[in-house]
Amino acid sequence: MLRCNDYIFAESLEEAYELNQKKNNVIVAGNGWLKLRKRQWGTVIDISRLCLDKITENDEEFRIGAMVCLSDIENHKELNDYTDGAVKESLRHIVGTQFRNCVTLGGSIFGRFGFSDVLSMFIVMDSYVELYKGGIVPMHEFAKMPYDDDILVSIIVKKKPLRLAYSSFRNQSTDFPVVTCAVAIGEDIITTAIGARPAKADIRTDGIDACRDLKDYAKKTAESFDYESNMRASAEYRRHIAEVLIKRTVEKIEVRYGNQIMDK
Amino acid sequence: MSESKAINKPIRKKDAMTLVTGKPVYCDDLAPKDCLIIKLLRSPHPHALIDDINTSIAEKVPGIEAIYTYKDVPNNRFTNAGQTYPEASPYDRLILEKRVRYVGDPVAIVAGENEKAVDKALKLIKVKYEVLEPVLDFRQAKDNEILVHPEDNWKSLCPVGADNKRNLCAHEVSENGDLEKAFSQCDAIVEETYHTQANQQAMMETFRAYATKDVYNRLTIVSATQVTFHVRRIVATALGIPKTDVRVIKPRIGGGFGAKQTAVMEVYPAFVTYMTGKNSKLVYTREETQTASSPRHEMEIKLKIGATKDGIIKAIDMYTLSNTGAYGEHGPTTVGLSGHKAIALYSRADAYRFVYDVVYTNIMAAGAYRGYGAPQGIFAVESAIDELAHKLDIDPARFREMNITKEGDVMPAYYGETANSCALDRCLDRVKEMIDWDNKYPARDMGNGKIRSVGMALALQGSCISNLDVGSVALKVNDDGFYSLMIGASDMGTGCDTILAQMAADCMCCDVDNIVVQGVDTDTSPYDSGSYASSTTYITGMAVVKTCAALTEKIKKYGALLMGCDEKDVDFNGKEVYRISNDEKISLKDIANSSMCNSSNALYASEGHASPVSPPPFMAGAVEIEIDTETGKVELIDYKAVVDCGTVINPNLARVQTEGGIGQGIGMALYEDINYNDNGGTRSNSFMQYKIPTRQDICPVEVDFESSYEPTGPFGAKSIGEIVINTPPPAIANAVYNAVGVRIRELPITSEKVYRGIKDED
Amino acid sequence: MEIKLWINDKLIIDNVEPDTPMLEYLRDKGCYSIKRGCETSNCGLCTVWLEGKPILSCTLPLMRADGKHITTLEGLRKEAAEFGEFLADEGAEQCGFCNPGFIMNVLAMERDIENPSDDDIKEYLSGNLCRCTGYTGQFRAVKKYIAYKRGVKADE
Repeated sequence: MLRCNDYIFAESLEEAYELNQKKNNVIVAGNGWLKLRKRQWGTVIDISRLCLDKITENDEEFRIGAMVCLSDIENHKELNDYTDGAVKESLRHIVGTQFRNCVTLGGSIFGRFGFSDVLSMFIVMDSYVELYKGGIVPMHEFAKMPYDDDILVSIIVKKKPLRLAYSSFRNQSTDFPVVTCAVAIGEDIITTAIGARPAKADIRTDGIDACRDLKDYAKKTAESFDYESNMRASAEYRRHIAEVLIKRTVEKIEVRYGNQIMDK
Repeated sequence: MSESKAINKPIRKKDAMTLVTGKPVYCDDLAPKDCLIIKLLRSPHPHALIDDINTSIAEKVPGIEAIYTYKDVPNNRFTNAGQTYPEASPYDRLILEKRVRYVGDPVAIVAGENEKAVDKALKLIKVKYEVLEPVLDFRQAKDNEILVHPEDNWKSLCPVGADNKRNLCAHEVSENGDLEKAFSQCDAIVEETYHTQANQQAMMETFRAYATKDVYNRLTIVSATQVTFHVRRIVATALGIPKTDVRVIKPRIGGGFGAKQTAVMEVYPAFVTYMTGKNSKLVYTREETQTASSPRHEMEIKLKIGATKDGIIKAIDMYTLSNTGAYGEHGPTTVGLSGHKAIALYSRADAYRFVYDVVYTNIMAAGAYRGYGAPQGIFAVESAIDELAHKLDIDPARFREMNITKEGDVMPAYYGETANSCALDRCLDRVKEMIDWDNKYPARDMGNGKIRSVGMALALQGSCISNLDVGSVALKVNDDGFYSLMIGASDMGTGCDTILAQMAADCMCCDVDNIVVQGVDTDTSPYDSGSYASSTTYITGMAVVKTCAALTEKIKKYGALLMGCDEKDVDFNGKEVYRISNDEKISLKDIANSSMCNSSNALYASEGHASPVSPPPFMAGAVEIEIDTETGKVELIDYKAVVDCGTVINPNLARVQTEGGIGQGIGMALYEDINYNDNGGTRSNSFMQYKIPTRQDICPVEVDFESSYEPTGPFGAKSIGEIVINTPPPAIANAVYNAVGVRIRELPITSEKVYRGIKDED
Repeated sequence: MEIKLWINDKLIIDNVEPDTPMLEYLRDKGCYSIKRGCETSNCGLCTVWLEGKPILSCTLPLMRADGKHITTLEGLRKEAAEFGEFLADEGAEQCGFCNPGFIMNVLAMERDIENPSDDDIKEYLSGNLCRCTGYTGQFRAVKKYIAYKRGVKADE
């Protein structure tokens, strides 16, 4: 349960940032994960009144506020058109409708959780994290950054022409994934993310020719990541599932686009 | 006789509309607002002695009322098992003890005005432990030099073969026929080891109870329990106070499935209120309900089963090792079902032997969970039956048809009872038809890396504990002739209040709405051993039938008195008592109202019932699955089930029982698994880490009934509550084999195990 | 700290501890239909609507409701009973403990999705656990209720 001495609605990002510099203070987003931490906080900083709950779009990019809840992304038509529904696929297995109405994109990305479907999906796109002090950082770099007291303001997804697909493997329909896989195929490159290894998602980028022999690509790419065992699966099984998911996720794109996948 | 208006009718549960509109009828909704909040400090070690415990700083937290340690509690050993006295489960507990026996064993009870104060105090209690080596592997527990219960005042009340100096909670050998000879006649023998994991009941309402003092200064406990009367005895024994001083009330409860057949936590609020004189309550978190509760016993079953080349089963030999954990609740009794129920499916075999050991270990104590040992044994037997059929190259459905218990058969493994009502053969026929067995067995390659297959399993359970369970009810006539039915059985959402009212309505020839049901309050309800062992319909139902007959006689007698005629000249049709010899009659309304004015005739009856037999319900379940051969993932396509529960009293409620039991069985089969770390701590400590099926995980389930008529049951009824959980694990395991030739003998049947099996074959 | 919110359209101005959980607060205000079934956002028993959207009252901080409208089953008794009749006719209310959260989400789904497919229904409601029914009877009740509601709407 969330325990704190004070709860403040920040009136500006600057105020939120200032408050967040204290070690004992924390920013609350959807409180999905924070409430599980058995800790007494000083001040809980609420950034829900800073207009960070909008998805905006222009010709170049989508800009998703940190406080946009997962279900708003799941149901966002343009974002799903752009991703061929991959974004929805990456979100719809997460716990349940009500949960996704609570928890936010900012919270999911800032947490950089190992099990994160969300990070696995966004990391293969041409996406960026806008930090209040740290500026704009590519997602795959942000994923590797240490936790700090900066504030995640928004996620930017550049409308780079990509063909996207997402798959996950779960023991039970709404459980944490055993392995996640997102694939983005661009003009001449293919990017594959594997998450829940159970370490957090990371990417491999290759020239498009690498996946002409899909079986070989899936095997090599899966093998290039490291895996660990936990309650849900062994490292070895994860590696195998990663290979299967890579193959199937690329095939999803092939089914949609046929041979054009390579000729785009 | 006119057709019954109440029996075999899909009548709504009496409390249905109250529940769907969210009325405050559960334990925590009813607790007084001024209850002290109780929480328990728990051991971080699987085995330790408390060297020193200092509560003085914690006691100074404002709002803290009391903190109790092992130094403050009575030295009366008791068991939390909700069983008839003298309990088969050993008296191996104290409310708190110097020795802690699993990660989560209570160390201190903290009571305070609010949760924050209590949480703070919990952190300020200083405990010094002498950490001892634990026994964590149940295969190493028997005769291990480390003893879980070395204490001298450990006590076993019944001859169950228990010996605390050997870590043995129970041991027994039972057999029939010449086993050696029977095996010597076999052409094919399967000898394998099967392992079933511990599971949580995972009812939505966690354990909870509150305690108050009533107007007579007696301790009153309102508890979410299935065993209201047993809780009274358990609390009185633990506290060392007379039973006169304890009253227990059961409100609506949010599911039980056997979990609440153990008084997991009632003693704590009882003790706090007893000591402080103040109202108190304890609501277990889900984490506590997952880690310090009463899950299914983990069992390892070594099974040998043999048949002739013609497909006749000759002999079954079973050894079950059951893990009761730190305490022995239901340890000596659950294990029996693994053999006595499972082996009895094939009673025509010449010989059987069933041996078991139940051992103590330093993990959370096990308890009662729907099926009560039968699911474990049935997983082993029904898997082995398929293995044997494959060895003999006989269709497993056909193999079953040739060997199953049939009506009139004596069942040696089932305490020598005779199957007086048994439609198992019809259940099997019908389920084959429903799943289209003959066309679908064994499997079809779908051509896309997917294989579809079918698998089946049979099941048997009991309808009560014979020669032990007691059900009694009382029925009285009120103004204008409506009835009050007082019961001691605990409706836990299953609908027994309604089912018993249906029976009473049928007996009294009236509408179900004319029967008001009340339960359970140990001060006013007639005694009932409780809602477990599938016994309520069968045992308490028979008490209803008897009570109605007794009340009918009283109504007739009083009607005759009012009409001034001989009581042999009258009969009762539900609305009036009428004379057989002429047209004179008097309405029930007039009789009822007259009985309340200048009358010495109480229109009230109460009867009890116990049974020398426990007629088994039977069931056949069949599943169609699709396996992704690349990942090993098992997807359920369809589940068909046919149940012989004797006469179906309420088809809707019987169907939902079946569907719900299958849902739980699917969880047990595919992923539910209580997982421990190396220190004996429970990893599956939440619904985040212990996954029960969601509605996306359950395939369409179709249920049908093939009714036999049980001569000893009310209206021919047997039981249904437990049998329904038994078929999914073996049916799915058998389907997996039929699809990819991989035999999973250790639950759960995870994708990874199936994948490894496929890979090992290659 | 001060909070102002509407619970079932009734305005409440209150002073609360900053870390009061929404779930327990609503129960304290008499909304006993709301149950706690877990601590990890998995069971759905505590589902209420915040500005008409189903959320988990165990999860969102109470202060998030400041200036907003919360609806609980107590505010939807008529609709709850309307759907509840379908549940009752299947015997699928069973122990009843998961019913309020489940019903809140069914009513939200009925508003949210015009003609939900079987898969839509299962997916939308998968955050509502139930251990009694195995979901099958609940599913029949939802299907019949949706058909009934569409019928009523078509008649209007």
